[in-house]
Amino acid sequence: MIRRALALLLLATAAPASAQTFAIVNGIVATGDGSAPVEGGTVVVRNGRIVAAGPGVGVPAGAQVIDARGKWVTPGIVAGFTRLGLAEVDLSADGSDDTTANNSPFSAAIDVVPSINPLNTTIAVNRADGVTRAIVAPGTAKSIFAGQGAVIDTGADMEPITAARKFQFVELGETGKDKAGGSRSAAHAMFRNALREAAELSRFARPIAVKGERSDDVLLTRFDAAALVPVLQGRQYLLVHVERASDILQVLALKREFPALKIVLVGVSEGWTVADRIALAGVPVIASAVNDLPASFEQLAATQSNVGRMRAAGINVSIGLIDDTDTRNIFAERQYAGNLVGLTKIPGATGVSWGEALAMITSRPAQAIGMGGEIGSLAPGRRADVVIWSGDPLEGSSAAEQVFIDGVSQPLETHQTKLRDRYRYLPRRDLPEAYRH
Amino acid sequence: MIGRGALTVAALALGACASTQSKPKPAAPVPINEDPYPSTYERYPGAVTVIRHATVFDGDGKRFDNGTVVFGDGKIQAVGGPELASPAGAVEIDGTGKWVTPGIIDVHSHLGDYPSPGVQGNSDGNEATSPARPEVWAEHSVWPHDPGFSRALINGGITTLQILPGSANLFGGRSVVLKNVSARTSQGMKFPGAPYGLKMACGENPKRVYGSKGNMPQTRMGNIAYTRGVWIKAQAYKRKWDKYNRNGGDMPERDLAMETLKGVLDGKILVHNHCYRADEMALMIDMSHEFGYKISTFHHAVESYKIADLLAREGICSAMWADWYGFKMEAYDAIKENIPFVHNSGACAIVHSDDANGIQRLNQEAAKALADGRRAGINISDEVAWEWLSRNPAKALGILDRTGTLATGKMADVVLWNGNPFSDYTRPERVWIDGAEMYDANNSKRRPVSDFELGQPGEGDTK
Repeated sequence: MIRRALALLLLATAAPASAQTFAIVNGIVATGDGSAPVEGGTVVVRNGRIVAAGPGVGVPAGAQVIDARGKWVTPGIVAGFTRLGLAEVDLSADGSDDTTANNSPFSAAIDVVPSINPLNTTIAVNRADGVTRAIVAPGTAKSIFAGQGAVIDTGADMEPITAARKFQFVELGETGKDKAGGSRSAAHAMFRNALREAAELSRFARPIAVKGERSDDVLLTRFDAAALVPVLQGRQYLLVHVERASDILQVLALKREFPALKIVLVGVSEGWTVADRIALAGVPVIASAVNDLPASFEQLAATQSNVGRMRAAGINVSIGLIDDTDTRNIFAERQYAGNLVGLTKIPGATGVSWGEALAMITSRPAQAIGMGGEIGSLAPGRRADVVIWSGDPLEGSSAAEQVFIDGVSQPLETHQTKLRDRYRYLPRRDLPEAYRH
Repeated sequence: MIGRGALTVAALALGACASTQSKPKPAAPVPINEDPYPSTYERYPGAVTVIRHATVFDGDGKRFDNGTVVFGDGKIQAVGGPELASPAGAVEIDGTGKWVTPGIIDVHSHLGDYPSPGVQGNSDGNEATSPARPEVWAEHSVWPHDPGFSRALINGGITTLQILPGSANLFGGRSVVLKNVSARTSQGMKFPGAPYGLKMACGENPKRVYGSKGNMPQTRMGNIAYTRGVWIKAQAYKRKWDKYNRNGGDMPERDLAMETLKGVLDGKILVHNHCYRADEMALMIDMSHEFGYKISTFHHAVESYKIADLLAREGICSAMWADWYGFKMEAYDAIKENIPFVHNSGACAIVHSDDANGIQRLNQEAAKALADGRRAGINISDEVAWEWLSRNPAKALGILDRTGTLATGKMADVVLWNGNPFSDYTRPERVWIDGAEMYDANNSKRRPVSDFELGQPGEGDTK
C-alpha cells in the first residue's frame, strides 16, 4: 500500500512534462547511430520515449511542434566515463568531494549511488551543455577495486539514477600497481585472489547472510567479496583501466581465463598498437579522445589517431574523460569528437566520420555497458534525451538551446549563467551587485 | 656658552679635517651581468615565401579576404590583398580555403619544467621549500626534450611560449620566454632579448602548501603579510644597490632572490601573478602601488569579469581559460563569458593553457569564448578575437615589438591553417618560426621528434 502510494507519487512528479507528445521539426537531425546528419528531419517524442526520428517522419495529430529550422538535433551526450555528481569542488573543499574513500575498510562493495548529488553544480553545468547521461565510477582508494558505478541522468530532479551498480571498476595499470603494493604482478594476484574469494561465496544463494563458510586466508571483507560475485558470473560489467599495450593484453588474457567476465577496457592509450587483438576479443573500449603525450610510461605510444585506428580495426570505441583533471568538463567531449573528425584531413593520421564521432559520445558508450537499447540514440523506443543545438554540436562554439531528458524540457540556468547576468554591466548602481538576482 | 662654542668649533674643525684629508676615491661601480645564461637561439634558414588567396588575420584586428602574406630573411615583408607583388624567386603557396595567422603565443606553460612523462624525476616546476623563492629561474629547470613542445607546435600552432615556475610559492621565481624551436639546451630556445618575468601567486596554493606544514602562510592574510615583508626587504636592497651604482665603493653582497625583485622594482622584470579571485586581484593591485611596481598579467584570472573595469584602468592583462571551473574553491565562480567580458571592458584579454594538452588547441578555446560572448550580446569579430592568442600575450611578455602580429619587419612567426582556426576540425598545416618552416603536415621530415621518443613505440607518428 505504502509502496504503491510512493510509486504513484514518483509518477506524479515525473509525469506532467513527459506524458505529452511533441515533435521537433525542420532540424538537421543526427540519430547518434553513426549515420550522417540529415536536413529537414523530424523527431517525435511520446511519453518520454522516442517514437521516430529522421526525414519523412510525420507529426502526429495533436502533438506540440517545436520548430528547429537552422538548428541541429541529436541525442543528448552520454559521457563515457566520469566522476560526475561526486564532487562539487575537487580540491580544497573536502566536505563536497565523495570521489574516493581513502579511509574506508571497503572497496568493491562501495556503491557510488549514495554519493550522487543531483543538485551538484557540475551536473547543471554539463546539462546546460547538452550532456544528458553519464557513466559514473568511484575512484580507487586502497584497493585495485574502486567499487560499483552507475549510469545517471543530468535532469533537474531528485531521481538521478538510470542504472545502479551497473559495473565494477578496477585499476590494473600504473594506478593498480600502486594500489596493489607496488607491481602489476601484485595487482593481478590481488585480482585473481578476489575472484577466488568471490567464487567461494558464490556457492551460496545469499553470500552476505551465510556465516562461516569462507577460507581462513581471505583478504577481502565479506561484503567486498560478495560484491564481486555478479562480476564473476557476468551479471555485472567490469570496467578495467589500463593504458599500456602489455597491460591491455594481460586483461585480454584474463578474459580468456574467466570467460564470463564482461570486460570493458577504459583508457587504452596504446590500444592502437594491439587493436587487432582487442577486436578479436570483442571487448569494447572507452578511451580518452585526444591524448597524444607520453604523460606516463604506460602512455608512450599515445596519439590522437588511437581512437580512429581502433575503430578502423572494428572495435566498439567510445569517448570518456579518464583523467580526473577534466572529468567535470564533460562538455569538452563534443570538441574532442570534432577533433577526431578533423584528423581525417591530416596525412598519416586516422580520424573518424562525423556520424561515428557523434556516436562515440552518444550510442557507443551506452552500448559498451549494455544500455544501447535504452539511451544514446534517437532510435524508436529509446529514452527521449534530445538536444537542440544552435549549430553543429561537434563545434565547441555551438550551444545547447533546448535539452530534454526522458522527454522533459530541462532548465539551462546555472551558477555560472547567474553570475554572468549579475556582472554583465559593471557601473555602480543604487544597490550592490548582491541585489541583482 | 663657552662650552657650546668650543664644541661647535671642534665640530667644524672635524668637518674641515674630514673634507680636506685626501681619501682614496671610491671605486667605480662594477655592473652586474644581468644575462649570465644568454640565448644562443639562431633562426633556421627559410625561403622567401608568399602565401596567396588565404583568409588572413594579422593579429592586430585586421582581416584580409583573399589575402597575401610575404615573408623572407626571417621577417614579415608585407601583408595585404591580391595586389601584393612577389619578390623574385619566392616560394608561392596557394592558401585557397585556408587561413593565415600570427603564431599563437602561450603566456602560461609548464612545458619543460613539468614535462612528459610526468614522473617524479622530471618534476621541476615548484621549489616548494620557502614561500619566497624569487632566486630560482625556470630556464634552469626546462628540459628541452619535453615531447610536449612538438605537440604544441604541430597541433597548436604555438610559436612562442612563456615557461613559468609553479604556484606553490608567493614568489615562484623567474620565467623564461622560449621560441618553440627544439634545441639541445634551454638557452638554445630562449627568445632573444625577451624580458624576464617573475611568477607570483596569491590564494589557495601557497597557503595550502605551507599551511599544511604548520608554516606561514596559512591564510590569505598570511599570504599578503609575507609578500609585503619580502617587498620591504627588496626596497631596502634596491636602495643599497642604487646607491652603489650611483657612487661606487664597496660592492654590497649580491642576493639572487633580491636581484630578481630589484629587477621588478626597476621595471625590467614583468610580474605574472597567479590570482583567481577578483577581491585578491584588487589587493595585489594595491600592493603593487604600495611598493611601486607594475603587474603585467593576472594568470588563471577566472574572476576578472567582476573587476574588468579596474583591470582596464590599471592596464593589466588577464590570462584566462575559456571554461575551466570548480576544480578548486577559488575557481568556483568561473564563467564562460569571462574572456569576452574582459575584452569588452577595454582590458587586455589572453587565452592561456597552463596545460600540455590545452596548449594544443588554444584556438578552439578562443572560439568557445568568442561564441559565448556573442550569445551574451558582445559582438567581437574573429579577426579581433585573434588578438587574445598572439598580440595580447606578446604585449604581456614585452615582445610585441618583435612578434605577435604580422606587421612588416616583425619575426615571421606564421601559421597556415587548413581551415578556419576557430573550428574544431582545423589544424595547422604549416608553421614557420622566424621564417623557417618548422612543421609541414605533408612532410614527415618537417615534424620534430624529441630525443625521448626515439626508439619508443609510436616514434615519429602523427600524434
